[in-house]
Amino acid sequence: MAPLSHYLVLSGILFTIGVMGVLVRRNAIVVFMSIEIMLNAVNISLIAFDRYLGQHDGQIFSFMVMAVAAAEVSVGLAIVIAMFRNKPTINLDEFNLMKW
Amino acid sequence: MFLTFLTFLPLAGAFALVFIPRENEKTIKQTALGVALADFLLSLSLYGEFDTTTAKMQFEYSTPWIESWGINYHVGLDGISLLLFILTTFLTAFSILASWEVKKYLKEYMIAMLALGTGMLGVFIAMDFFLFYVFWEFQLIPMYLIIGVWGGPRRIYAAVKFFLYTAVGSLLMLVAIIWIYFIIFEQTGTRTTDILYITEHLNVNLSTQKWLFMAFFLAFAIKVPMFPFHTWLPDAHVEAPTAGSIILAGVLLKMGTYGFLRFNLPLFPHACNDLLPYIGWLSVIGIIYGALVAMVQEDLKKLVAYSSVSHLGFVMLGIFAFNEYGLQGALLQNLNHGVSTSALFLLVGMIYDRRHTRLISEFGGLSKPMPKYAICFMIIALSSIGLPGMNGFVGEFLVLIGMFQTDAMLATFATSGVILAACYILWMFQRVMFLECKNPKNENLKDMDLRETVLIVPMIILVFWIGIFPRTFTKTFDASVAHLASKVNPDNFRPGGHKKDEHGGHSEHAELPQEIVQIVQSKK
Amino acid sequence: MLSLTWLIPMYPLVGSIICGFYGLKIGKDKVAKVACGSVILSFLTTLLVLGGYANLPEGESIYEQVMFTWIAAGNLNIEWGYQIDGLSLVMLMVVSGVGSLIHIYAVGYMYEEYSFYRFFAYFNLFVFAMLILVMGNNFLMMFIGWEGVGCCSYFLIGYYFDKKSACDAGTKAFVVNRVGDFAFLLAVMYIFKLFGSIDFSHVMEHAATTVVFESEDITIITMLLFIGATGKSAQIPLYTWLPDAMEGPTPVSALIHAATMVTAGVYMVVRCNALFVMAPITMWIVALVGGGTALFAATIGTAQYDIKRVLAYSTVSQIGYMFLACGVGAFTAAIFHLVTHAFFKACLFLGSGSVIHGVHGEQDMRKMGGLKKYMPKTYWTFVISTAAIAGIVPLSGFFSKDEILYHSLMDGNIMFWGMGVCGAFITAFYMSRLVIMTFHGKYNVDPEVHPHESPAIMTNVLIVLAILAAIGGLLGIPIMHGAHFLKHVLAPVLEFDLATAIDHSTHVLHEQGRHAPHWGHLLEHHEEHNVLTEVLLMGFSLCVALAGIATAYLFYIKFPSWPEKIMQTQGGFELVRNKYYVDEVYDATFVKPTVEGSYILWRQADAKGIDGTVNGVAKIIGWFSQQARVFQSGFVRNYALFMVMGFIFFLIVAF
Repeated sequence: MAPLSHYLVLSGILFTIGVMGVLVRRNAIVVFMSIEIMLNAVNISLIAFDRYLGQHDGQIFSFMVMAVAAAEVSVGLAIVIAMFRNKPTINLDEFNLMKW
Repeated sequence: MFLTFLTFLPLAGAFALVFIPRENEKTIKQTALGVALADFLLSLSLYGEFDTTTAKMQFEYSTPWIESWGINYHVGLDGISLLLFILTTFLTAFSILASWEVKKYLKEYMIAMLALGTGMLGVFIAMDFFLFYVFWEFQLIPMYLIIGVWGGPRRIYAAVKFFLYTAVGSLLMLVAIIWIYFIIFEQTGTRTTDILYITEHLNVNLSTQKWLFMAFFLAFAIKVPMFPFHTWLPDAHVEAPTAGSIILAGVLLKMGTYGFLRFNLPLFPHACNDLLPYIGWLSVIGIIYGALVAMVQEDLKKLVAYSSVSHLGFVMLGIFAFNEYGLQGALLQNLNHGVSTSALFLLVGMIYDRRHTRLISEFGGLSKPMPKYAICFMIIALSSIGLPGMNGFVGEFLVLIGMFQTDAMLATFATSGVILAACYILWMFQRVMFLECKNPKNENLKDMDLRETVLIVPMIILVFWIGIFPRTFTKTFDASVAHLASKVNPDNFRPGGHKKDEHGGHSEHAELPQEIVQIVQSKK
Repeated sequence: MLSLTWLIPMYPLVGSIICGFYGLKIGKDKVAKVACGSVILSFLTTLLVLGGYANLPEGESIYEQVMFTWIAAGNLNIEWGYQIDGLSLVMLMVVSGVGSLIHIYAVGYMYEEYSFYRFFAYFNLFVFAMLILVMGNNFLMMFIGWEGVGCCSYFLIGYYFDKKSACDAGTKAFVVNRVGDFAFLLAVMYIFKLFGSIDFSHVMEHAATTVVFESEDITIITMLLFIGATGKSAQIPLYTWLPDAMEGPTPVSALIHAATMVTAGVYMVVRCNALFVMAPITMWIVALVGGGTALFAATIGTAQYDIKRVLAYSTVSQIGYMFLACGVGAFTAAIFHLVTHAFFKACLFLGSGSVIHGVHGEQDMRKMGGLKKYMPKTYWTFVISTAAIAGIVPLSGFFSKDEILYHSLMDGNIMFWGMGVCGAFITAFYMSRLVIMTFHGKYNVDPEVHPHESPAIMTNVLIVLAILAAIGGLLGIPIMHGAHFLKHVLAPVLEFDLATAIDHSTHVLHEQGRHAPHWGHLLEHHEEHNVLTEVLLMGFSLCVALAGIATAYLFYIKFPSWPEKIMQTQGGFELVRNKYYVDEVYDATFVKPTVEGSYILWRQADAKGIDGTVNGVAKIIGWFSQQARVFQSGFVRNYALFMVMGFIFFLIVAF
């Protein structure tokens, strides 16, 4: 069985990929998917700890995260659609109304 | 429980109003007035049942609220708050009747008024710091809305100014409350925010007292308002609708002076005594400054607002006289100001309704078309400048005679306020009511109608009643004031002054030879 | 009968309420009946009370009636109480008696007015306040009346409220009075601090044993009281409101600004005689101000053309005499002059009202003249009163003024006496001038006006008052021992044991280890009335009065060109005619700076200073926010970047 650190490294790599995706990509859908990657990176570490410690809190939390992610998807996609309706693009550089 | 019922009755009324369709304007108005009137009439029974011989809290009720922090829902009334409570119920009903002509968002207006009533009443009955703070902030919101929605042209500016000023002060008060909470926990091991418990057990050194005092002082001084924290008041008054001004002057300002009596004096008596000169002079400056600035105002409401600054200076002076005369005078003057100034705002509102202006220069010669109005205005104006036989005089005199015992110089300067008061009121009266009626718009103004007469008559009766039989009111103060005065008596804090206190301190007006000895000594 | 005391002020109060609220409904005749009736009832009740007072058991000289506790706090206990003693009875008789007469006169004078009811509502209210003033048993009760009369005087001066000058005069009267009231209030507070009570009976009884003779305390108290008196009684430096107060209807001038209200200051000083006697410095100032005012106002009176203004300055001057009397310790003489002055000055004012009524509202004496044949009754009553004020034997003014002059020489000094005598000369002069310019000489009335005698209701009052002015001297017959009725009545009020006071003060000072001045000489009784001196002085002042009249005769009948010449040559005349520019000086030194200063306070201190500071703080915060705004780019990913950077920052800090 692979040691805990492998899982954590994987999770860390995935999370970093997600963060970089959020920061550098311009397409809202891609940013969105990057966020999902981050969430799932956390899920991996939760499950890994769950297994390692022999408790089941981690699994419960990962379900919780999935449920929140599902809710987030529905709200997030709705926002993306609303954005597209306002302007015929989902390029995030075009959206800077959230200031002052 | 009765007290709780009285306090939340207006809020319940406001809740009931939500279910009345907005088209039924008449029903809305009648319901609101009915609730407020019922509240007032029921609160009168408090006066009947009040025991004037004790300084203890009465009608007390206490139940745990947030137990882990030691916060209770604790309410009660004593001599200091009883009449303020009744004044509040009275003015709530009064101002609802005064705003009969409101057209815009009537339903919301009445809801705001009633909610405001609950907030104000809560401030006066709360015997728990936390509860007090909740009510203190709660009443801000409806008042903010009343100014901001139903106000004049610059209402947003005025409302924000009003809100910010009060909020800044009360945040400092919150810090002080939390500090006291921890001090009490350290000293007694009890987690509590109970005002009575804290008043009895708080024991801090002078410098801490001063810091705490300053925090409370700022909150209340802004509310009073004392010079130089007063500039929100004229703006708020000018922009607020008539009823808003009535409540603002009649009750909201009293919360400041009430705060001084409830917190600053009993909690930090030594700091009070040390800081007396500063606060005394600020009050005197307020009296004279308010009067002088009132004299040159061009807007009637602004004039009355600045006169409030002057009047509240007297109240503050009475509080900081630290003796029974001054404290009783301050409490009575609180009441007087609630009556006279509210009535003045009402009267100004009446001509504003007719002419849609408040500029003094627009008027003149109004006694011809409106003789009844002129008489009422005259009576209220004279009561406001403290003509003997009317309410203002009794309060002012007690305040001044009280201050004279403590600091004759302050009293002397404050007394000069009576000259200036005559100047600004009479000059205004002359320009509005007398002279020739030159402006054709004023020639056919209607005199007061039935509703307006019904509003003003009880005020006039009160003016004379308080002026001639002030004992009806001041007797409720006696015990509480005596208790408070013994606590803040300056003799307690003079080196070697304790002995004198055992003999009753101030209360002995020593037989004459001794007295002379003292006078001669003090002159050396 | 004494138990009826409380009713005396109630009648006018009720009358005032009826007139004020129902006046328009019940009509003028009923208003007149109610108004006059209430004051007459007061007068009758006063007579009953007088009867009761006369029957007081031996040794008692004060009757106090307490209605209820008015103000109470701590040790302060002020009652709504009335006090009946010799002094208040004399005042009550004057107020309700002369008040009734003037009320009756006013019915005739004011009958044409639309606001007849309003006038009588105020007029009755005034009588109520005046009665409270003289009946109150403590300083604060007196203050109710004190401010009450001021307030009614304000209403009545501004009765013609659409005239700007009338409004201004009313406001001026009120404000100037308030300056005096300010001092009065301070005095009351000081008295409470020293005595622990403000009841007259307590304070006067304990004055000798509470305060130190000539001490600072008592000097300050009495000075404050006196400043209060100068406000109400129109003395230097607060006299300026009284001449302007003539804007009110003439009955008002007669009742309020001549007979009663303006003498309230004298009443108060006499009421507090025990305090004043303890402060010789104040007494000296009182005498000086009184004498000075008597002389000063009289000189202004010589150069006025408005018939009522001459009388107003004459009033100021005559009250100066009363204060002169108070200042030299002749309190009885002051009250005596107060009473006689009420008679003759009321008669003079009402007479001038009758003249004004007869010539349809004209008040300028240059447009009168030769009216004697048109209004004989007015003329003769006027002449009698003029003779009385000038001090012609045996009319009332002669006795009272002589008593004052006698005391100012014997108890005061030659300077006070000199002031009084000069004043008497000028008084005789300007009063004769008034009579001559109005009733004699050339007929100058506007041809469109037809002068006529006033109705009987007015002239009858004039006749009664003229009789009183003539025989009023009987109240205080000089020389004959025991015949001085007033002295007998006022004796209990003026009883003051100087010996005890001095003993006590010396004792206190010695206990303090301080040196006590030698006051023994104050106790040496000067001999009983020096009859010879008195007779000589009487003769002298009679000569002075006659000289004054003769001068007026020379100036205005024999050589009418003289006044013109003097006017052209003497620069001083301009000064006198403009009332020494006192009004202008006050305006420039007090009124203008206050108003302009207030504008500065409002516009600069309030709007710019305080609000500016607050807004400045807000601006600074706004400026910082502006700078911080850069970070708020609106790009969501920017924010995310900040979060990551923050996270990294914390990681670095943590490790």
